[in-house]
Amino acid sequence: MLAENDLYLSASGLTKVFGFGRHKTIAVDHVDFNFHKGEVISIVGESGSGKTTLAKMLLGLISSTEGEIYFQGKKRDIRTQKKKKEYWKNIQAIFQDPFSSYNIFNKIDAVLLDCIYMRGGRHLPHAKKIELMTEACSFVNLKFDELTNKYPFELSGGQMQRLMIARIFLLKPKILLADEPTSMIDACSRATILDMLMQLRNEIGMTIIFITHDIGLAYYVSDSVYIMEHGKIVERGSADDVILNPRAAYTKRLISDVPKIYEEWDLSTV
Amino acid sequence: MSNVMLEVRELTTKYITRFHEDVYAVDHVSFKVEEGKSLGIAGESGCGKSTLALSLMGYYFPPLHYMSGEIIIDGRNISGMQPDDIRKSILGTEIAYIPQSAMNALNPTQKIIHFIEDVVQAHDAYVTKKHIYELARGAFETLGLPAEVLQKYPVELSGGMKQRTVIAVSVILFPKVLIADEPSSALDVTSQKMVIKMLRNLMTDGFIKSLIFITHELPLLYNVTDDIMIMYAGQIVEKGTAKEAVFDPLHPYAKGLMGSIIVPESGLREVKLTAIPGVPPNLKNPPSGCRFAERCKYVRPDCKAAVALHELEGGRAYRCVLTEKELRNAYQRETYQNAR
Repeated sequence: MLAENDLYLSASGLTKVFGFGRHKTIAVDHVDFNFHKGEVISIVGESGSGKTTLAKMLLGLISSTEGEIYFQGKKRDIRTQKKKKEYWKNIQAIFQDPFSSYNIFNKIDAVLLDCIYMRGGRHLPHAKKIELMTEACSFVNLKFDELTNKYPFELSGGQMQRLMIARIFLLKPKILLADEPTSMIDACSRATILDMLMQLRNEIGMTIIFITHDIGLAYYVSDSVYIMEHGKIVERGSADDVILNPRAAYTKRLISDVPKIYEEWDLSTV
Repeated sequence: MSNVMLEVRELTTKYITRFHEDVYAVDHVSFKVEEGKSLGIAGESGCGKSTLALSLMGYYFPPLHYMSGEIIIDGRNISGMQPDDIRKSILGTEIAYIPQSAMNALNPTQKIIHFIEDVVQAHDAYVTKKHIYELARGAFETLGLPAEVLQKYPVELSGGMKQRTVIAVSVILFPKVLIADEPSSALDVTSQKMVIKMLRNLMTDGFIKSLIFITHELPLLYNVTDDIMIMYAGQIVEKGTAKEAVFDPLHPYAKGLMGSIIVPESGLREVKLTAIPGVPPNLKNPPSGCRFAERCKYVRPDCKAAVALHELEGGRAYRCVLTEKELRNAYQRETYQNAR
């Protein structure tokens, strides 16, 4: 049984409606969940199922129309900028497109220094800062000496995504939201990135929320899987339950659409 | 003996960068595709897959330059032809290409039918519009696309539909070889499945005679193509049928790629994904010997010498100094150690 203070993030009746009247779109429709410490969760759905809207609400980038988000058992309060910044120390995100995640005018050491400042390391001696940054870079198999005077666009997609993980390593947030972290990089770097994230989870007990359409990835990494269709959660449970014995018709269809290698892939059902 | 549709002999092409450095992205590549067969090309990003696709069309524009080698489509050598001749008589009718971002391939100010008219009239100026419309409608219906698409603008179509439209337009002149460069990597799983189904049906419906499919998703290749070829740093490192390449790879790089497959099937969670450490070499000055040696687990001192592609029986080939038996033994030992 999980203790009460292991509950990191929860929501009840979370709803987001865009537009009104005739043009009303319900993007997220009464979603409830409880995410615990060290848990890896996948939210799976097709494009347009509302998973990114849900992620944005969890990050506090957009407000919810209805429903509440609870952070560590208390109602989340991000009404002022100061409180929002305080909240973002606990929840961080990795986005799909590493090319647009960085400030193009900042060099890489500036990106990493920002993270140290955010953890209150502004007054640390210079050598200590360098040591922290080198440690973060070596965690993701990058060489800090080679990166210092570079701009983010000089790196490849896989390297940028790894630098993103180096940021997370420095920030040590309680929750990490990974929005399609591997859909723009090739299959080989994908394995590396997933490995690093799992290592982070084991080291600092971070909760990781994967938002993805890749059901194979969801099955490989996560403890529990949530399947979203048109803003509603249609199926939830442990990864083995949901992926190997799907009950909802939508889940069955999603799984049948992914190419298989050990079983026959049925193409007639499109 | 079936017809050879596409034969490539020792093709070498290079990029010349702004600083006048040569980057050999396709290095002495040779292969054959027979009539009615499909070939898959896999590899990491930066291994020359897309450059090979562009080179195969015989239409080079800077910074890509032709160096040496031959491309023979259905008995006709197209290497060394003038760019204008290639545009008129090769592209579209002999060989067609589907780019990675088909979303940007359509003209946003033209209806699809007008786009098709342009394509067809570029090859034969005397075809009537009515005839083109009939041709396009027939093709779209056979491929399972609604004929209304023809009267629409690209913005009115969804991503998957746009991709399928681009495929339909590219095969409208019945090319002998179709090259599909990551046609489904920007789509979600359901649209991806539709695109794959369409590609598989192109051959049975008689639109194309052979297919070359490029992607880094091995499960996809396994389901689409007959043969798989794996590229690393501009060279072919492994060739074989789809089953051989996925379940019984010989080259250590191919073996590493198979270790990163993710499919939602039982037993996946128990398998540990094995990523290959490091990155592909910079092709400006590639290593002199085996190009994979730096990242290889089974590296030996004699890997420093140049390695030739070993051809085995039944069309299999691999590029490694180790013999087939030595490689198999090494893999077996590793599986045994992992099991313990």
